[in-house]
Amino acid sequence: MELLAFGKTGWGDELFIATLMTLAVSITAILIGFLFALIFTPLKLSKNKFLNLIANCYTTVIRGVPELLVIYLFFFGGSGAVMFVASIFGYNDYIEINAFITGSFAIGIISGAYSTEVFRGAIQSIDKGQFEASKVLGLKKPIHFFKVIMPQMLRLALPNLSNVWQITLKDTSLISVTGLVEIMRQSYIAAGSTRDPLFFYSFAAVLYLLLTFISMKLINRLEIKYSRGY
Amino acid sequence: MDLDLMISSFPKLLNATLITLKLLSVSLVVGLILGILFSIMRINKNPIINKFAYGYSYFFRGTPLLVQIFIIYFGLGQLEFIRSSFLWIFLKEPYWCAIIAFSLNTGAYTSEILRSAFETIKPGLIEAGKSLGIQSKIIFFKIQIPIAIRQSLPAYGNEIILMLKGTSLASTVTLMDLTGVAKYIISTTFKPIEVFIVAGGIYLFLTFLIHNLIKFLEKKYSF
Repeated sequence: MELLAFGKTGWGDELFIATLMTLAVSITAILIGFLFALIFTPLKLSKNKFLNLIANCYTTVIRGVPELLVIYLFFFGGSGAVMFVASIFGYNDYIEINAFITGSFAIGIISGAYSTEVFRGAIQSIDKGQFEASKVLGLKKPIHFFKVIMPQMLRLALPNLSNVWQITLKDTSLISVTGLVEIMRQSYIAAGSTRDPLFFYSFAAVLYLLLTFISMKLINRLEIKYSRGY
Repeated sequence: MDLDLMISSFPKLLNATLITLKLLSVSLVVGLILGILFSIMRINKNPIINKFAYGYSYFFRGTPLLVQIFIIYFGLGQLEFIRSSFLWIFLKEPYWCAIIAFSLNTGAYTSEILRSAFETIKPGLIEAGKSLGIQSKIIFFKIQIPIAIRQSLPAYGNEIILMLKGTSLASTVTLMDLTGVAKYIISTTFKPIEVFIVAGGIYLFLTFLIHNLIKFLEKKYSF
């Protein structure tokens, strides 16, 4: 237990901050994922074959390639890509992107592919009458989407989104290979300096279990809230 | 685009694919056996056996695979009684550690898949067997198991693909699998996009094969 003390003698405060970092990365990543889903879900549902193809390529490639490989691509290729874009605008100095941004972008793109599939499934299972009714009533497009489709879609998508959240949370452990100090990286450092890997990795496992347990409880509450009236 | 690098790295990556496939197939076989055992424990009425199987699947599904590999590879070697036992022959090798971690992980997911398949079998089928006077063992092996296998095929196909992606974590414990070799080539040549296209292409091809194999099996065993 001394190993977990707060302050200079133990690793308690470091691990606490690392847990917050894991949470921060997961939340940023899943929000980036939603952004991607917001772009690619309409493409998936559109009648245009070409747009369909783009969206299908995105989800198939991301879901068929290991997360670690995607993270390596971003880790080694990220600053190169940014520098290339900057050089178009006439900026030629070296740009270093920090591990937080690379990591949450890589995980965000992965979780975006899963979210896209979830949203697509949810929208497709909404009754067709709802689309037709709001058309007949002459609702404007934004109102049609935000007030009619979105609330129904969220209710249908929530159970699967909670799976996506779990996957995203667990995937953030892979960012430790880029050196971002989240739970895994901090445990690695602590294990290395105390020569007690069994304890620290088991403790990391407990932290992850806690995070998944608490988030499941919160999501269950949301599910109850959104299924009112059904 | 550096086409030469893509062509020259292809054989190396293909060689590494063999290790990926070896890891995948061994851990799938062991994981399937574990999954069957634990799913039978899950539908057992004894609360202790039941809770144990639930705890196992909760732990392995609630923590990242990376943590599990690290606990087994870095953690278990710390215990004196493991170092002095015959288990150390396996646990000192990263290859076996990875296989143990993957098997336990996929075993947990497989047990959940099979459990839900067992639960969806209509009770009428089992009752029909009972009223025909068939022994409960035979009911289990000849009625419940074949139906459960068919029911769980689509979900199990997804699990195989997830496991294929999971084997990439073997590279974190010094194994040179497809991802490990890809990372090595990237870090020596600094050409991430080219290597990603080749390695990702191989992974996608494997996913494609698994996907179609499962589709074929689903068709064959549909009723």
